[in-house]
Amino acid sequence: MAAQSNLKNMVLVLGATCLLCSAVLGGAYALTKEPIDAAAVAKTNKAIGAVLPAFDETSYESVEVDGKTYNYYKASQGGKTVGYAVESSVVGFGGPLSLMVGITPDGVVYNTSVLSHAETPGLGAKCSTDEKFMAQWAGFNPAEKILSVKKDGGDVDAITASTITSRAYTEAVKSAVEAVKSIGGTDHE
Amino acid sequence: MSKNLKLITDGLVKNNPTFVLLLGMCPTLATTTSAVNGLSMGLATLFVLVLSNVVISLIAPVVPDKVHIPVYIVVIATFVTLLQLLMQAYTPAMYETLGLFIPLIVVNCIVLGRAEAFANKNGVLASACDGLGVGIGFTCSLTVLGLVREILGSGSAFGWNFIGGNDGMLAFVMAPGAFLCLGYLMVLFNKLFKKN
Repeated sequence: MAAQSNLKNMVLVLGATCLLCSAVLGGAYALTKEPIDAAAVAKTNKAIGAVLPAFDETSYESVEVDGKTYNYYKASQGGKTVGYAVESSVVGFGGPLSLMVGITPDGVVYNTSVLSHAETPGLGAKCSTDEKFMAQWAGFNPAEKILSVKKDGGDVDAITASTITSRAYTEAVKSAVEAVKSIGGTDHE
Repeated sequence: MSKNLKLITDGLVKNNPTFVLLLGMCPTLATTTSAVNGLSMGLATLFVLVLSNVVISLIAPVVPDKVHIPVYIVVIATFVTLLQLLMQAYTPAMYETLGLFIPLIVVNCIVLGRAEAFANKNGVLASACDGLGVGIGFTCSLTVLGLVREILGSGSAFGWNFIGGNDGMLAFVMAPGAFLCLGYLMVLFNKLFKKN
């Protein structure tokens, strides 16, 4: 049944298989590239929309704070800046924890949302589903409250049994606040 | 035809990949944190299994013995990548939960196992039925395992929370619970179906 295993046959069959498979994948990549990009853009826009008040225009910029570069979307409504959506990444319990933090020009957190995480399902992963944990970020004013978990003497309610994730989350929000402080100096006062 | 039908039911019970053959344990333990995750992982594997079985049964006669494993792996990897691209494009939410485990289907012993044990010595239709049967068996097992773990660990079923809160037994959502549930389900399965 199977063809003879001489060099010519082996090279021919393996080569042909690889060629054919690459062709199929190349085609599939070209076909799916557009929807994949569209899905990524839709996801980012949804994340910005979820963490900032209504806006009609965004511009993508970046700022460097303490040697770390933060990318952020500056959102404006009718020419007036309504807030900054900062992409903030830290190391969580299970891997990188990436957030979108919306901050209004006066430095108050408008809302946050999780872009991606690798936390333990059922524990740290609740940082993107636990209503109580998520709700506390809306309107969090770093000028009046302390940005660290209650265990460390701050004002952030941690997720039960997930202190490390909660700490990381808080750290990400904190660095986003710092980043906005360094860019937003001209917008108020 | 009845022979092909038997191939499908064999995959469900006699050759059940999870509870009888004990193949593909890595995705089984890792992705079944909820019923929906188990179901999606099962369906993703089903897709790859049927297509790779069909293609391998077609090309088997011309593939020299010494290179048959690399050739099969290339075929399987192609389908997995295809699936990955399609999921990324059309079901981004599902891709986000399963993304990490999709590439692992390539090394899932079920897929290569069925290619080696069945598809390379049988016809196209029989291989497709075998892939379908084993794939459905795998999907059902993963869904049941996911459902049990979700009920115990999160107090919900298919995302519907029936205890009103987050007070499930967390251990069952984590790795130790996966082993425990799998073990007990295996006992139950063998008690019900093994005739000897």
